Amino acid sequence: MNAESSVRLVNVTKQFPVPEKGQADVRAVEDISLDIREGEFFTLLGPSGCGKTTTLRLIAGFETPDSGMVIIGGQVANELAPYQRPVNTVFQNYALFPHLTVEQNVAFGLKVKRIPVPEQEQRVNEALELVQMGAYGRRRPSQLSGGQQQRVALARALVNRPAVLLLDEPLGALDLRLRKDMQYELKRLQVEVGITFIYVTHDQEEALTMSDRIAVMNQGEVLQIGSPSEIYDQPVDRFVASFIGDTNLLNAQVVSVKNGHVRLQMGGGEVELPRNGREVTAGQGVTVAIRPEKLRILRSDGKPKRGIQLHGQIRETIFAGPDTRHLVNLENGERLVVLIRSKDVAGKQHFEPGDAVEVSCDSSGPRLLLQ
Amino acid sequence: MFLLSPPALTLLVFFFVPLVIMASYTVREGTFGVASRTFSLDSFRTLTENPGFLRLLKDSMVLSLQTSFFAILLAYPVAYFLVFHAGKRRMSLLTLLIVPAWTSYLLRILAWKLILGSNGVLNYTLLNLGWIDEGVPIFLYSRTAVLITLVYVWVPFAALPIFSSLERIQRHLLEAASDLGAKPWESFLRVTLPLSFPGILAAFFFVSIPTVGEWVTPTLVGGVDGIMYGNLIQDQFSRALNWPMGALLSMVLLVIVLVAVMVFNRFVNITEVGAYG
Repeated sequence: MNAESSVRLVNVTKQFPVPEKGQADVRAVEDISLDIREGEFFTLLGPSGCGKTTTLRLIAGFETPDSGMVIIGGQVANELAPYQRPVNTVFQNYALFPHLTVEQNVAFGLKVKRIPVPEQEQRVNEALELVQMGAYGRRRPSQLSGGQQQRVALARALVNRPAVLLLDEPLGALDLRLRKDMQYELKRLQVEVGITFIYVTHDQEEALTMSDRIAVMNQGEVLQIGSPSEIYDQPVDRFVASFIGDTNLLNAQVVSVKNGHVRLQMGGGEVELPRNGREVTAGQGVTVAIRPEKLRILRSDGKPKRGIQLHGQIRETIFAGPDTRHLVNLENGERLVVLIRSKDVAGKQHFEPGDAVEVSCDSSGPRLLLQ
Repeated sequence: MFLLSPPALTLLVFFFVPLVIMASYTVREGTFGVASRTFSLDSFRTLTENPGFLRLLKDSMVLSLQTSFFAILLAYPVAYFLVFHAGKRRMSLLTLLIVPAWTSYLLRILAWKLILGSNGVLNYTLLNLGWIDEGVPIFLYSRTAVLITLVYVWVPFAALPIFSSLERIQRHLLEAASDLGAKPWESFLRVTLPLSFPGILAAFFFVSIPTVGEWVTPTLVGGVDGIMYGNLIQDQFSRALNWPMGALLSMVLLVIVLVAVMVFNRFVNITEVGAYG
């Protein structure tokens, strides 16, 4: 076993009884394996109902796996109750005790572990300072804003110095501004305390901003594990490509395969792409994913150019702050989104709906995916 | 300016006015004829000169507190089981708990007479088991009999508010307690119990207020020993035909209950407590 691994899931499966009519969808997980390293900020990312929260609850001990192993700090934890595990959770709705003050909430874990009172007080103060809530110790949770409750929930978990901190969509209930601030703060905190964070979110931007590594989940399975840039630049399938960031997915057909490259019929033209180690044969249908910001638009001049080149017509331009989205209809009817820096749009890059254009990018931009 | 809404009007006519009439009787000489129109403080004098009245009131209050205590003690585990372990059957089981309350109150108390009597089920069983040599009289016609019967009658009513306060506790609070290292009994003591306190408080008032003035149950199973303050009031109205005395005893009880509720309300802000969860 890897000595540095903090939490490991080995072929963990958890099924729930078939839900009754009107109940939430099944959030089962199917044969999940993860190896989360010591001190890592690890994110479970996926749409609602994908099993990410169930995975977190399996680690916390609120659920027991049907099969497979949950290993925490090198110890098999399948049979351990939540109160026996060296992990603490920050709940989605904070779950602060309404009958206790902020201080008492934070002291809860220390109290039940019979830590001497002077040490309790010191650690509670430190934890509250860490989340900048030192002045609010005597308030009740109901007297705090959502963001403040969030910080208290964080302090209440961190004060126990857990080996692993589990966070279940902790920023989900906050408004956008606050959420962005808290993202940076969470990341700062994680670096500061050096604890393994396992973070559940459906917000891909949040995941990309904070994580060391991300596991993308869908329908109870882990589709891809990698660093944010790996996940973003090298998605393994259509789901990952479309879930993380904006992406253009084009249907293509393999014309020929030679060595590391593959020739494709795509968007009304022919292009050559790196094969990325995928096994494809001539005639096979595949998908090509291209990020909108990797594409460029040029006025049609009929001359062939290096790299990938598709012909189309501007359909619509939409201003979106720093970038302007250009919708381009390709010759075969498929549609592309291209992002152009808004500051460039005023000059040479100004296009009107109906303009005939060429969309191009480097051959490293598109990514070949199986259907 | 009086803005009398229908509820306020109902309260005025059927609650406040009768109370005033009742209060006015306390300062009359007698019940009928000229005596009923003559001012007198006789009943106040009788009350102050006979410590027996207030002693019985104190005894009744103690019995009412004991009833509340045992009813809550018995009702809490029932409510806890229904909320946390009965699953889908909780509503049907809760209904079963309340079903006896649909039969006549008198019938239920008479049933206890059969159980507690010297030839009753309890004595009979204990005799046959050889645990006692002769029928134990304390079971019937005693203070204990009144207590047992009252506790039985009031357990379902104590269970209801406790049930609803337990049900309102969000499950993730208990998960949080466990997550923070609390063993199940610690979770109970530190989270479940304090958060169900509003229900316990409501149960306490549900039981203690009606039982302190109880007179039917002591009449049927109490005997001489188990007589309560309510019997005294009833006697003044029915047998002694001393309405001024009866009215005064009633007002004393009413004032004490009101003061108790107000004091409690002062120290425990019920609305704030109710906002938990």
